[in-house]
Parts: sequence; structure tokens; C-alpha cells
Amino acid sequence: MEHYSMNLTLKVWRQKNKDSKGAFETYPVKNISSEMSFLEMIDVLNEELIREGKDPIAFDHDCREGICGMCSMYINGRPHGPWQQNTTCQLHMRAYKDGDTIVIEPWRANAFPVLKDLVVDRSSFDRIIQAGGYISVNTGSAVDANAVPVEKDNADAAFAAAACIGCGACVAACKNSSALLFVSAKVSHLALLPQGGPERKSRAMNMVAQMDKEGFGSCTNTGACEAVCPKGISIENIARLNREYMMAGAGSDK
Amino acid sequence: MLDSKIPAGKLEEKWTDYKGHCKLVNPANKRKLEIIIVGTGLAGASAAASLGELGYKVKAFCFQDSPRRAHSIAAQGGINAAKNYQNDGDSVFRLFYDTVKGGDYRAREANVHRLAEVSVNIIDQCVAQGVPFAREYGGLLNNRSFGGTQVKRTFYAAGQTGQQLLIGAYQALERQVALGNVTMYSRHEMLDVVMVDGKARGIIARNLVNGELERHFGHAVLLCTGGYGNVFYLSTNAMGSNVTAAWKAHKKGATFANPCFTQIHPTCIPVSGDHQSKLTLMSESLRNDGRIWVPKQKGDKRKANDIPEEERDYYLERRYPAFGNLVPRDVASRAAKERCDAGYGVGTTGQAVYLDFKYNLINKYGKTEAGKLGIENPDIETLMRLGKEVVKEEYGNLFDMYEKITGENPYEVPMRIYPAVHYTMGGLWVDYELMTNIKGLYCLGEANFSDHGANRLGASALMQGLADGYFVIPYTIGNYLADEIATKPIPTTHEAFEQTEKAVADRINTLMNIKGKQTVESFHKRLGKIIWEYCGMSRNAAGLTHAIAEVQALKKEFWSDVRIPGGINEMNPELDKAGRVADFIELGELMCKDALNRNESCGGHFREESQTAEGEAERKDDEFAYVAAWEYKGESDWQLHKEQLNFEVAKPTQRSYK
Repeated sequence: MEHYSMNLTLKVWRQKNKDSKGAFETYPVKNISSEMSFLEMIDVLNEELIREGKDPIAFDHDCREGICGMCSMYINGRPHGPWQQNTTCQLHMRAYKDGDTIVIEPWRANAFPVLKDLVVDRSSFDRIIQAGGYISVNTGSAVDANAVPVEKDNADAAFAAAACIGCGACVAACKNSSALLFVSAKVSHLALLPQGGPERKSRAMNMVAQMDKEGFGSCTNTGACEAVCPKGISIENIARLNREYMMAGAGSDK
Repeated sequence: MLDSKIPAGKLEEKWTDYKGHCKLVNPANKRKLEIIIVGTGLAGASAAASLGELGYKVKAFCFQDSPRRAHSIAAQGGINAAKNYQNDGDSVFRLFYDTVKGGDYRAREANVHRLAEVSVNIIDQCVAQGVPFAREYGGLLNNRSFGGTQVKRTFYAAGQTGQQLLIGAYQALERQVALGNVTMYSRHEMLDVVMVDGKARGIIARNLVNGELERHFGHAVLLCTGGYGNVFYLSTNAMGSNVTAAWKAHKKGATFANPCFTQIHPTCIPVSGDHQSKLTLMSESLRNDGRIWVPKQKGDKRKANDIPEEERDYYLERRYPAFGNLVPRDVASRAAKERCDAGYGVGTTGQAVYLDFKYNLINKYGKTEAGKLGIENPDIETLMRLGKEVVKEEYGNLFDMYEKITGENPYEVPMRIYPAVHYTMGGLWVDYELMTNIKGLYCLGEANFSDHGANRLGASALMQGLADGYFVIPYTIGNYLADEIATKPIPTTHEAFEQTEKAVADRINTLMNIKGKQTVESFHKRLGKIIWEYCGMSRNAAGLTHAIAEVQALKKEFWSDVRIPGGINEMNPELDKAGRVADFIELGELMCKDALNRNESCGGHFREESQTAEGEAERKDDEFAYVAAWEYKGESDWQLHKEQLNFEVAKPTQRSYK
């Protein structure tokens, strides 16, 4: 692969804190290597800003290998940038060419308030999990791991749903800021396994109720969430959640 | 000073015996006892969930925006357990023995045996929580093999095992949050331990959103804060992984054990330039199916696929015929360094070796699949295609990750890999109960030193984190708290809280007021270079002495010339980082001192002065069969305490994988 270096113009959302009004600022960046990751490019800019006595851009990031789900930039109108099934931290600068302009914003959703610059508060996702995104089993009470066989196809499908990293790109991409892909991935993961069976009904009902309470919008099936999901979580999970939810509603005796 | 509190009796009966006799806290009293847990990775989340279930009042802290982000999530390959589902001769004893041997006889036998015993419960617990481990068509669990062992005992979920285990523990934690047993403090960083009458009684934490300092009381404090690999700047750790919590405890009196025992993982994506902010691991499990080689000819510039079979040096298979590509990590890393230093390295920098999947794609997977489908005399292309499908299921995410970073397709051309800092075996000294030498202060998971000796075997970090949190601390903490039931919560207006908070605030003010010229990041990079150069894969007395002086000079420069933008009472990631780097600098000095003291080679610690004629690491059991636990005495001043290691069952021998 040919390496090259480039000069770019960045337009970045700056916002001092939750209560202040934000605005775009423009920054030229020079001599960016095509081998850098996108966040390393931001690192370079931040080092410059600090040396110039300015405030660096705050952004969430941690593992930088696409699994922790912390990075969250809305890049040129798309969560996590142009590559398919990719997180911001794994986007590399060879996706761009000399002279490009890149617009960088935080996730935009009422349920994800901006804390500073590109950092948002996603604790609403934790509260949705608290509402039922688990199997109620206390430590020490489990039977032998091979006591309950699980059909391989179901185990694989549960794993595919469980691969969700909770980054919130699905919400950021959705015009209604719906969190249904996130919720349905968790409901599917647990509903597909025999261990998750006993709580299927209450789980679907309670998680959806919490999602509504957090101020996420409703799903209108545009599929934008699936298109930007860095882990390729399928929209089929939403169909499964709908079935789970209807079944729970019909059969609820609570 | 150091009492390991190893129970008497036969090795295999110690833990059962301990559990049968340790003190218990009755349910009504548990509700009156408060426990602080710092860190929410596998150790912290599993401990928080389990202790919450038991009825203790738990407060859990993490610096990330959610407990689900902790870096355990990035573990790829798997988790060991002595289930012997494969009927290939595994047992608790073998897992114990492999771990002690793999650790090059520098771990405590009793701790390791307990770890092997509870390993089987971990898998049961995780499956019950809904962790979707890989399965066979019959619906039962699948296993893979890992380095340093000759059985298949590793449970996995593609190349995302850590993610699945952490999500399991995270969900259990969130369930306890919902039930009101655990209070979660995200975006909080612990900045000191509060001591009252010689016992740990709380912490000072900084709210990373608004910068405010907070006081939290606990009858006991658990540090589950991970390893300190980021002292090297470049490592496979997350950007935020740090030593600060453990270091603050160390400065309050907790001894730090074997800090020089760091693991350099053999298969990582090589450094591409000065801009590099972190390194990415390619799971050790890939060594099951990938063969490692370099060209036989020095400085061979041909493309990998153009180099014929007979001109390739499969140096691990050549040097270690019994274990081949599956030698332990320390051995594989040093062998890669040896080839690159000798001029056989590949890629633009010459600091890389090949990890090649083609042979097994065709011969192992391709032929098996063709056999299943009844294809007779399949051609190479068919075999490649069939093999790729299997490999994709096993490690697809890793191959994708490699391609995203390097722009090369590892199904077609061999991966280029080089060793990188991955894990730290050293950490806070703990006794059998996981308590540090400070009463009421516990340390779990990678942050403690206890189970891996001088080298950790693959797929054992997840096992230890979950063992400590799910199955050890719920018992051992009761043995301490049973005597604390009469202790009323200490109000955070107590002078110990006031003074500790003031010291934390003063340090933050000092840092902010330096107003120098150099960035925090630039200091961190310089520290990393020093430690990597002199306290990395190969160490010697002259280099270590030099490094100590360099680190001391760097420390001086940091405290007189660092520039931190922004203010204190706001979200300020540069300030957060500055505090961590300041602690890393101090740790770096201690690591070099520990490495200098240990004039032997063992596991990941290779002293050039101590090697066999064939260049293998040479241990000196007569002089160094001890845990080096360092007590902080003042600036650049530590006192060494030795905990002698006694091997009653796994008798030390020269490790051989030949």
C-alpha cells in the first residue's frame, strides 16, 4: 500500500459544557500520514492546540481497537466515518486525500446530551440494561456449563447480537434518535439462549419502557442504524424484538 | 512484614479448608457494611456483582463513561478452565502445573492451585449468564489450544472472548444497580486512599465531568484497576489504562511486588511511525493456525509470497520442536527479537516477522472441509476457499482488524507481527485473601501480582480476573469484615478525609500552576522510550542504571515544564492524563530498580547477564526464588522485602519447550 501525506481542513463542533451553546471551529491540519488513525490525526491537532495555548478538543476514546465502544464521532454526516462496519478509532487516514474538508460533530440525540465538544453522556444505555438486560443468576448457583446444550445456530445468532459495543451510532444515525437496534440486540442475545428464557417477557417489556422513558424516538424502519453499525448488528433483531414484545404483551399476566 | 497467610495442609485441600473455616458475616450485618470497588473490568465488575448479591452495600467506580468499557473488553483469544471436556488429559492439577511452570516458578503455589480449582466454576457461571461461547454442532462447548500447554482447555467466543465475558459481568453488575445494592460512579477517578487508624476506610475520587473532588467511605476498599503496561506509552492497553490507583495505595504503604515482570506479547501489529498512539494485538490463538517465519537470507526484500518454502526459516518450529509455534509468550517474543536483531526481520522497518496462515488454511481446514463435502482431489483454490470459511468463523474479526489497520488482506499475504507490551504480572502485593499489606485494602485481577509469576500463559488473565471477583473475594472479604460489624460508617468530615482531600487538591493545583512548555503526551512518549529501550525485552545492569538516572531527570523536567491547558473545575482530559503520567514516571523508576535487583532471567524478565549457552533464560533459584515487594520510603527511595517462594509440589526445573 502506497503511503502519502496530506493537508486537510477540519470543522469541529466545540462546546464548553452541557449548558453552553456550541459552534463549529475550523482548523487546518498539515502533513497527516495516510498510515495514521483518525484519532491519531486529532491527537496531532490537539498537541498543536496545547502548544499554541488553546483548549484541545475533548473526545471519548479508550481501547482504540474497535471494541470498547467509547469513541463516537459523527464524521461528514455519518457516525464513525465512511468505512463500513468500522469504529472511529479504526478509521485510518488513507480514507482521505489531500485537500479534503472533514466535518466532525458529536452524536446528536436528546437522550445523549453533549458534555463537552465531542463527548456525550450515554448513561441512558446503562439504565436500559438495568431495566432487564441480564439473566438473573447469582454467583455460584450455576449448573455445569454443558448441562444445557444450545443449538449451534442459536448460539451463533446470540453471539452476533451480543457483539454490540453500545457505542450509540445507531441512535446518532436515526432521524428519530431511536435506540431500537441497541435494545433489540440485547433482547435477541438473551432470548436466543435457553438460559434467557424465564425472563423473556418481562425483559422485552421493561427494556422498551425504559427506552421510551429516556427520550429515545420511535423506529420507522429506515435501516439507517444497521447501515452504520460498526459491528454489523442486523435489523432482523428489531423484528425479533417486536415479536418478543407482542408475545409478552399478549401473554402478560402481570 | 509480609505474611502471605497461606493455609496449612495439603495443596489441594487448602482452599476447601479455608472456605470451611473462614469467618462469615450474617445477612443483616452485611447490609451495614460498605465496600468501595475501583475499576469495573472483569475483576471489579464480577466482585461488585457478587458482593452486591450477597447484600453488602457496594459503591463502584470507573473512569470511563460506562462500566462496560473497561479494557478487559479487548481480550481476544479465550479463557482457560480445567473442564477436560475434550477428554485430552486435562485436570485441575495440570492447569495448576502449567501455570506455575509457565510463570517460570515465580508464583505462589497455593494461589495458583486455587485459581485452577475455581476455573471450572467460572465457565458454569458465565454460561448461566448468557455468555455465548463457541459451540459444537451437538450444542456443547468448543475449546481451542493456547501457548505453553498441550491440552485444549480454552473456551472462547470468536476473537471477542473478553468482550463477551465483560458484558456478562457488566450485566450482572447493572442488575445489582437496579436492585439498589450497587451504586455506580462512572467518569470518576480514584486519586487517593483514605486511611483511618491504619486501615483503608475510603477514597478521594475526582468527578471527571466537573472536576469536583468527592469523599467516599467504605469499610473496605478493593482496587481492581488493571495493569500498568502504559508505562511504556506504546502498549496494547487502552489509552486510559493507568497505574494511578495502585500507585496511590503504594505511596500510602502498600508494597508493590515484582514491578519488572511485564509481558511482551509476541503477536502484535508492528509500529508504523512516530504518530502511533497504541499497538494492537493479534490474538495468541492465531498461533494455533499461523506459522511464524522469516526469510533464511538476511535482508531478503522479496514479497512474502515470492519466497519459496525452502528459503523460509520457521524458527520456532526449528528451535522448539515439541511446542513449535505454541511456545509461551516470553519465549516467542525473544525469538522474534533475536531474528530481527540479527538482520532477518521483514517489512519496511525490519522490525517484524511473518505469521502465515496459508499452510493451515489449505492443509488443516481446507482438507477437512473438502473431506466433509466429499470433494475428491480438490485443487488448491478450492481448499483455500473452504479453509477461509472456517478461519473466518474462528477469527474473522481479527483478520478484519488487521486489514483495517494495515490495508493488507491476511487471507492472501502473511501478517507482519512484532512483540509489544501487553500485560503486567507485577502489581500490588497481596496475601492469600487478596488483601494488600494495608488492612482493609484489597487488590484483584491484573492489578495484583499473585498468580502468574514471571510470565502469564495465554487465556489466563480472564480466568484470574473472574476467579478473584466471583469466587475468591466473596469468601475472603468476610473473614475481615466479620470483625468490622461494630464499626459505624465514618463520616467523611473526619479529619483523615479532609487531609487526604487537601493533599489531592494541592497536587492538582501544583500541576496546573507549572504552566510550562511541553505537553503531557510528549513526556509520556519519552518515558515510554526509556523504559522500552532499557527495561523491555532484554535488560542489563548498565542500561538499567542509566535508565534510572534518565527517569529521574525526566521527572524533574516534568514537574518544572509540563503544560496543562484548561481549568480544574471542568472536564479536562489533559489534567487527568497529567496525573497518570506523573505516577507512571515514578513507577518507571521502581521497575528499573526491581529489574536491576533481580540479576537472573525468568519469564518475561531477561537479564543478558544470565543466559544459557543457547541463549535461553537462566533462572537462579538459590538467590531469587522470592517475590520482591517494594515499600515506598520517600522520593526515589524504596525498601525491598522478600517473600520466599516454596515449591512443594511443582518442583522448579529449567523450563524446556524443546
